[in-house]
Amino acid sequence: MKRQTVLHPGLNLGSADEYSHAQSEPVIFGFWVFLMADLVLFAILFATYASMSVQGQAGGPSPTDVFDLPSAFIETMLLLGSSITFGMASLALKYKADRLHLVLWLLLTFCLGAGFIGMEVRDFWIMMQQGAVPQRSGFLSAFYMLVATHGLHVTAGLLWMIILLVQLRVLGRTTAVKLRLMRLALFWHMLDIVWVCIFTFVYLFGVAL
Amino acid sequence: MGTLTPQDISFVQTFENPVMSEFIDGAAGSVLVLGIITVTVLLTYYRGWKALWFDWLTSVDHKKIGIMYIVVSFVMLARAIIEGVLMRYQQSIAVNDPGVLTPDHFGQLFSTHGSIMIFFMAMPFITGMINYVMPQQLGARDVSFPLLNAISLWLTAAGAALVMISLVVGKFSTGGWTAYPPYTGIEFSPGEGVDYWIWSISLTSIGSTLTGVNFATTIYKNRAPGMTLFRMPLFCWTSLCTSVLMIFAMAPLTIATLMLALDRYAGFHFFTNDLGGNMMNYANLFWLFGHPEVYILILPAFGVFSEVISTFSGKTIYGYKSLVVATMSIAVLSFTVWLHHFFTMGQGANVNAIFGIATMLIGVPTGVKVYDWLLTMVRGRIRLTTAMLFSIMFLVTFVIGGLTGVILANPPVDFAVHNSLFLVAHFHNMVIPGVLFGMIAGYQFWFPKAFGFRLAERWGKASFWCWSIGFYLTFMPLYALGLMGAMRRTVEWFRPEYLGWLQVAFVGALLLFSGFIFLCVQLVVSVRQRDQRRVPAGDPWDGRSLEWSNSAPPPEYNFAVIPEVSGQDAFTRLKEQGKAYVSPATYEDIAVPKNSIVAPVIGVGAIGLGFALVWHIWWLVAVSFVIIWGAVIARSFVAETERVIPASKVRADHEAWLAQVRECATTPREQEDTSTNVGRAEVLA
Repeated sequence: MKRQTVLHPGLNLGSADEYSHAQSEPVIFGFWVFLMADLVLFAILFATYASMSVQGQAGGPSPTDVFDLPSAFIETMLLLGSSITFGMASLALKYKADRLHLVLWLLLTFCLGAGFIGMEVRDFWIMMQQGAVPQRSGFLSAFYMLVATHGLHVTAGLLWMIILLVQLRVLGRTTAVKLRLMRLALFWHMLDIVWVCIFTFVYLFGVAL
Repeated sequence: MGTLTPQDISFVQTFENPVMSEFIDGAAGSVLVLGIITVTVLLTYYRGWKALWFDWLTSVDHKKIGIMYIVVSFVMLARAIIEGVLMRYQQSIAVNDPGVLTPDHFGQLFSTHGSIMIFFMAMPFITGMINYVMPQQLGARDVSFPLLNAISLWLTAAGAALVMISLVVGKFSTGGWTAYPPYTGIEFSPGEGVDYWIWSISLTSIGSTLTGVNFATTIYKNRAPGMTLFRMPLFCWTSLCTSVLMIFAMAPLTIATLMLALDRYAGFHFFTNDLGGNMMNYANLFWLFGHPEVYILILPAFGVFSEVISTFSGKTIYGYKSLVVATMSIAVLSFTVWLHHFFTMGQGANVNAIFGIATMLIGVPTGVKVYDWLLTMVRGRIRLTTAMLFSIMFLVTFVIGGLTGVILANPPVDFAVHNSLFLVAHFHNMVIPGVLFGMIAGYQFWFPKAFGFRLAERWGKASFWCWSIGFYLTFMPLYALGLMGAMRRTVEWFRPEYLGWLQVAFVGALLLFSGFIFLCVQLVVSVRQRDQRRVPAGDPWDGRSLEWSNSAPPPEYNFAVIPEVSGQDAFTRLKEQGKAYVSPATYEDIAVPKNSIVAPVIGVGAIGLGFALVWHIWWLVAVSFVIIWGAVIARSFVAETERVIPASKVRADHEAWLAQVRECATTPREQEDTSTNVGRAEVLA
């Protein structure tokens, strides 16, 4: 029985390098499975938020009182932009022989991601100044838990990116480093999707309802 | 040192307050400390440290990791079973009498007993069993991510270590294994106990999630050529379903424990009584994990029973596809019934009815399985080995437990017996035969494969009778007591008519403990007689799947040449076609993963992290966190993670083994338990 060879899009291991492709298959597949487990975690945070955002305000601030929609919109644009630039980095990984394109796109992604985190921290800071601290109500506990878990994921992604930039320099474009870049890309795009859900269900619904 | 004071050491407490309950606590701590000292002395005396470090602790070989998981689970079983006996003793004397244990100590006992039995006995046991067997059954050389596997082991071990540390330093939670808030919130449980629970459970739940990812990837991507999904042994199918459940069901637990931690450490309001907290969310999250967890534990045992019954009946398993479909159905249905754990908590009749019906539905695929196992035995050549005895006793006992489960699935009945000893009897009736008997059967079954010699059947059977009779004596009275109104987790009774039942249950508990002791005796006796019990040819039971086709113990790369699979019962097929033990035409170099220090470092860091969080030692929290992630990052810079075993060495070892096998006399099934059984089965045409 012949098994079909799966060539992963974005991975430039050389078309004849069947061994590396075979090796990379479980790695990428396993990472998808891990992302699934991670998404279950977010799903539960969303469910918790849904059950507490209205019921758990405890006479404290409501979403309309504390959410800064323009700021959340800019954050959304930054993160979506960073997904595009990471997409360009993935293309550079596959089609450009030089390291410069790849590194530049990654650096741009890093700046956009860091900008997102910076703005998020600023939002949190302003909310806390207004007394909307997580200790105030169940709604705010759930809000900070959900949004900050996403923020921590993005921060972890940024650290990961730094490490991979170092590895690109130290180890070069080895198969292992390429596979790590691919996995970081998947991780990054997943966080984007999660943020789109946060923006929609937390911020837009929160202010509209 | 944070909130840690000398008064938290259990010996100091015993010294300052010398009452019986404290003596028991101090004695338990002493046993732990003495155990650690004994092991240290023995290792030093026999110069075992080097072997321990290089052959075991830093190993990423799935077989060794599997064995280490099972060692952890045996150690934890020893503690939790003694706790069970102690609780039965307390209850059997505490009728109109305070007994020997204080309520607080009793609360710690039922909390650690439950938490250990689920998270640190059953989980490591099934994970270890899958780790050892599944890759070999698939014809694979290892799991997909060997290092991740070791990290999972160390995270679980770190959680277990925290529970053990709580025996000596501080107290454990009194909130039961479910740790429902608001009781476990900071207001009602201000001490360190709940924090011990939170961090030990969090560590092991993360470990189990990673294990699930690893096993699922292995089963999907690492099968030998020709090993299609529907040719896999059933144990692999149940492992797959368990892995999928781990991937989906561990996250709710991790989140629930972290939210509880935020409530306790940072004043959040997830589960508090005031300011918008809602403990029902905890109940939902916990059981969203907790019910699938039952099947995470029980499905691998179902897999073991399928293998054992089929092998010791000398027949292909009956209704293979129906067993696969039943396993899958159970896995899916397990996510639809969590609410039956809290029927009484105010969802309303219609919601309860839906979940009650869903619960009863699970009986259908489980029933299919029971019939399949029975029909596998029909007209088979049945050998009543220890493993088979445990499997048969499982069938009988589990059906009784299932029936009481269907009774409990009726919300009105559940209202009447909720939280009573009837419930305690029911879930022990599922989990002891369903998980523990399965794991013991698997241990008896695969032990010769792992260590190269058979276990002593005589002691195994003695253990079997103790476990079986002990089970009925202990838990049948609890059904009656539950119906008489006895509630669970009660430290003192005021109804004299309970006395007789409780005393019978205590006798049963002693028998269960003897069952455990006999298992230990069996191990010691077998190790002593190992030279008469060796099975170098590797196939002592006329096995049917690929793990029996290599030597016992297997080489670290499992298979000298990856086998080609042409159908179900792959090894039986090879034997019948005369293709077993045939020299392969060519050998290739084999790359195996190198040992790694990363997993033990992460494990030590995790123990430090958990301990520091429990005692609010913030600098140690920071240091441990940096150690854990520093190890991960440092590892990613290591380029050479594999070493190559040259083809010539593989050839020499394999050919030597094949020559040895060809010289071995074949054993007819009747002489399985005699020294003539050297692991080469007689093949009947």
